[in-house]
Amino acid sequence: MTAVADPPTVAAYPYTVPSPQEITRPALAGGRDTMVLNMGPHHPSTHGVLRLVVELDGETVVNVAPDIGFLHTGVEKTMESKTYQKAVVLTDRMDYLAPLSNNLSYVLAVEKLLSCVVPPRAQIARVVLTELQRIASHLVWLGSHALDLSAMSVFLYAFREREQILDIFELVSGARLMTSYFRVGGLAYDLPDDFTPTVEAFLDIMPGAADEYEALLSGNPVWLERTVDVGVIDADAAIAFGVSGPMLRAAGIPWDLRKDMPYSSYELFDFDIPIAKKGDIYDRYLVRMAEIRESVKICRQGLQRLKDLGPGPFTTTDRKISPPPKTEITHSMESLIHHFKLWTEGFKPPIGDAYVGIESPRGELGTYIVSDGSPKPYRVHFRAPSFVNLQALPHAAKGRLMADLVALIASMDPVLGDVDR
Amino acid sequence: MLGEIVKGLRTTFKYLFKKPVTVQYPEVKRPVRERFRGRHELKRFENGMERCIGCALCAAACPADAILVIPGENDPAHPNSPGERYAATYEINMLRCIFCGYCEDACPTNAIVLEHQYELAYYDRKSAIYTKEMLLVPPDKGHGEIPPILQELNRRPSPPAQIDL
Ligand code: SF4
Ligand code: SF4
Repeated sequence: MTAVADPPTVAAYPYTVPSPQEITRPALAGGRDTMVLNMGPHHPSTHGVLRLVVELDGETVVNVAPDIGFLHTGVEKTMESKTYQKAVVLTDRMDYLAPLSNNLSYVLAVEKLLSCVVPPRAQIARVVLTELQRIASHLVWLGSHALDLSAMSVFLYAFREREQILDIFELVSGARLMTSYFRVGGLAYDLPDDFTPTVEAFLDIMPGAADEYEALLSGNPVWLERTVDVGVIDADAAIAFGVSGPMLRAAGIPWDLRKDMPYSSYELFDFDIPIAKKGDIYDRYLVRMAEIRESVKICRQGLQRLKDLGPGPFTTTDRKISPPPKTEITHSMESLIHHFKLWTEGFKPPIGDAYVGIESPRGELGTYIVSDGSPKPYRVHFRAPSFVNLQALPHAAKGRLMADLVALIASMDPVLGDVDR
Repeated sequence: MLGEIVKGLRTTFKYLFKKPVTVQYPEVKRPVRERFRGRHELKRFENGMERCIGCALCAAACPADAILVIPGENDPAHPNSPGERYAATYEINMLRCIFCGYCEDACPTNAIVLEHQYELAYYDRKSAIYTKEMLLVPPDKGHGEIPPILQELNRRPSPPAQIDL
């Protein structure tokens, strides 16, 4: 019998993501002196239905593999059977902590396909609302992150402020979470009269509230112990895994699509991109807290711009894309035809494809649409930031304690609806 | 180290003497905003006639395919709605409905309107299907072009259609 040669050893590439089987198979074969633990899918600190297969040596994590797919909703496939306008409601349901960002990414891609011009009022309103959405999303992250590390008060305070943002969403769109407020061509309805005062009232309290969270966390020895130098994803690793958003900026790379590839008139706004150095959990906390303050700044500028612009159209006047106002349809036969045509058949973008990436609270949220010239998309794909960022988890967790894994997941802020779509 | 902990405790201590921000839900209800999208209602004209003309545009616009409309011909002696047709059957499956408001946007006569009721619960699937009788407002609750609650507030996303009877 000839001896089987060992397979050639590949120089170990450090940035790999193990599959669950890679951990469970040798463990089941009994070859290793480690324990395999299933964390999730029903674990309170996996932020949804994430399953982690963790290989433990005592308390130390030897290896960990994320197993996803428990929240697969088939949003991308379902969109292929909906007209472009109707598919907007599906985007709400992907990253359910940032529905307006999803709306924006999708409608921008469709608008790019159609080469549709969005009126400035709608563009500014989109900026203000997505920045509010960023604050709301970061508040959920902050609250649940602190809760995972046993700081309960922060959770209660963060949700108190988030409630006000959801109330603003209800004011403009009629729904707190599933807004569907951005439609192809502009907004679904005009901003209400009391939009500006309500948002201003919120912006006045938000910086003070952020001070309050920081008073509870920033210098707190327990918080520092659990976060500083824990779960480090440095710049090299972040780039290798394709990480984006606050996690990338915490590693010291000032990459933000709002600045680097501006969309929806972000180029008109004056704001900074907060970055940190090390890329540990504490840095991510600092970056996100600074982002909340920057978003408040952007919202204020946005409100000023809305005031300067005055009332105006909130959606494109192209009747082939956006339905006419209902006052028109009883007087004008043409408007009535457009109304019926758009609500039954929808519009037909030209054959082609379009990709638009936006900076969602979690990172680059991209929408890629292929059109075959019919009123329904041929294919829609989302580049979901949660999915990509999650790939860096095993790299950051290896060699650390099991308890650090909990802090690490929380600091990555994954939304499982976004991971699986 | 102790200083930081005291700083945190001072923050939480402040709230001991403040009124809670929470609402005792089933007893106290948080008011909703006027655009709130809750349970649907089928509206009537001031003279009691149904606004719905059975055009099924709402059913076509619904992303969740929750609406069933079967139109019928109006009896000229006793018409249900102005015009030739009315909705003989109008059903919304509330288990499918996602309360997106597309039906309201699409309705050319402003017959279907998402109102403010949000407490919908059922013991079985059958009772989740709201029939026309359940959705239609009473004959004396008809109104002119703008529903009364919105007349008061004078704010509505899409201006209502002007319909000559
Ligand atoms: S609210 Fe939306 S889902 Fe519900 S019936 Fe109307 S169109 Fe359909
Ligand atoms: S509710 Fe409106 S859209 Fe639906 S069938 Fe009646 S008239 Fe047509």
